[in-house]
Amino acid sequence: MKLLTCPVNGARPVSEFTYWGEIRPAPDANACTDHEWADYVFNRNGAPGVKREWWCHTPSNTWFIAERDTEKDRVMRTWLPGSEA
Amino acid sequence: MFTAPTELKSAYDVVIIGAGGHGLAAAYYLAREHGITNVAVLEKGYIGGGNTGRNTTIIRSNYLTPEGVKFYDASVHLWQDLSEDFDLNLFYSTRGHFTLAHTDSAVRTMRWRAEVNKHYGVESELVGPDFIKRSCPSIDISCNGHAPILGALYHAPGSIARHDAVAWGYGRGACQRGVEIHQQTAVTGIEVKGGKVVGVQTSRGHIATNKVLCAVAGSTPRLTDMVGIQTPIYIHPLQAMVSEPMKPWLDHIFVSGSLHIYISQSARGELVMGASLDPYELHSTRSTLDFTEGLSAHMLDMFPFLSNVKVNRQWGGMSDMTPDFAPIMGKTPVEGFYLDSGWGTWGFKATPVCGKTMAWTVANDSPHELITGFSLDRFRNYSLTGEKGAASVGH
Repeated sequence: MKLLTCPVNGARPVSEFTYWGEIRPAPDANACTDHEWADYVFNRNGAPGVKREWWCHTPSNTWFIAERDTEKDRVMRTWLPGSEA
Repeated sequence: MFTAPTELKSAYDVVIIGAGGHGLAAAYYLAREHGITNVAVLEKGYIGGGNTGRNTTIIRSNYLTPEGVKFYDASVHLWQDLSEDFDLNLFYSTRGHFTLAHTDSAVRTMRWRAEVNKHYGVESELVGPDFIKRSCPSIDISCNGHAPILGALYHAPGSIARHDAVAWGYGRGACQRGVEIHQQTAVTGIEVKGGKVVGVQTSRGHIATNKVLCAVAGSTPRLTDMVGIQTPIYIHPLQAMVSEPMKPWLDHIFVSGSLHIYISQSARGELVMGASLDPYELHSTRSTLDFTEGLSAHMLDMFPFLSNVKVNRQWGGMSDMTPDFAPIMGKTPVEGFYLDSGWGTWGFKATPVCGKTMAWTVANDSPHELITGFSLDRFRNYSLTGEKGAASVGH
């Protein structure tokens, strides 16, 4: 069973977590063009690599950030938003 | 079965990346219907070793959107005489396909799909639990009380076929007409000058070409990065497994979106089983025990007598998913770079029609009329082709 470390609850089975995708800065919805907005809504960086992603520990509703290699499925580290040094 | 060319030529009229079913079918139709035979198919692994050999071989056309129904129906018709076309037995076997509904809202979607299908001449109907039980007496219609079956979309033309043979048949047919298939040849770069494709870098040298067709399923984002195109494609693994062989007892194909399972019995007697996508992005074909456990538990809800049957093997493939569950096909912002992608978990059934329409698209440098609803532009213009309601399981 694969384990993921929640910054609050420690190592838990990955089935307790929900994946919410790579962290991406949103453009200003009032200032950007329709095409820029479409790019934000639909397009993704689908290539493999080390990515920073949103995850949530579902039972405790703890949202956090994981840095993960999407080719090797290796999680380098996890932290709460705002807590990174 | 294939001639194996030793040398890469310095130039080709068309380079197809990916020797799976889709790429080889495109090569076959380019040669057979358009007379374009100076074609190289490049494959980093071996023929049919990707998702062509990893899917669960189900063929159906009971989709939800008019674009989808027309497209997949054209594919089903091509499938039916493909064995003769190839002079190779594909073990094409018409089984009848049930998509089970366990909730009122699912029944409503099935009725919707049945009506769209009938409108376009595709055989689909809503059937009740009695019909299902008569068709398959071993099914527990109450699903152990968890999720009683209220009805199903029954699609009589639903079929299965031997997936490897599809790649071999198209590959051999293309070879016989002069196409070169280069296995163990990885693409490392695509050269673009002034917005046009001019060449391909491979692990075995450089090729000059003005037309590249990308048919690489789960590796699509790596290739679109090479030409600087943004797409909505994201990669999740999809796993499957087979049981030990047993006497034939399951004539039909059963799919349950609520239980996240699909199952059919192969010509060898193995149960071929699949579930929903793995829950997070991953560029790997690894297998997990979570998958086997989850799928087996749901399988026993439906077929409790399988409790002592053993699982023989399991595997995974990388699915190139799109937000609307429809593929991304046709031209791209880079001239001469064509995409046959976004085939997610639903690409095997479309192999023949993809080959045919992509060959047409490449030969004429204009999208075939059957694929205009699948263009990459639709995401730029907010005009999606929503097929999620017709995905086999609730991914």
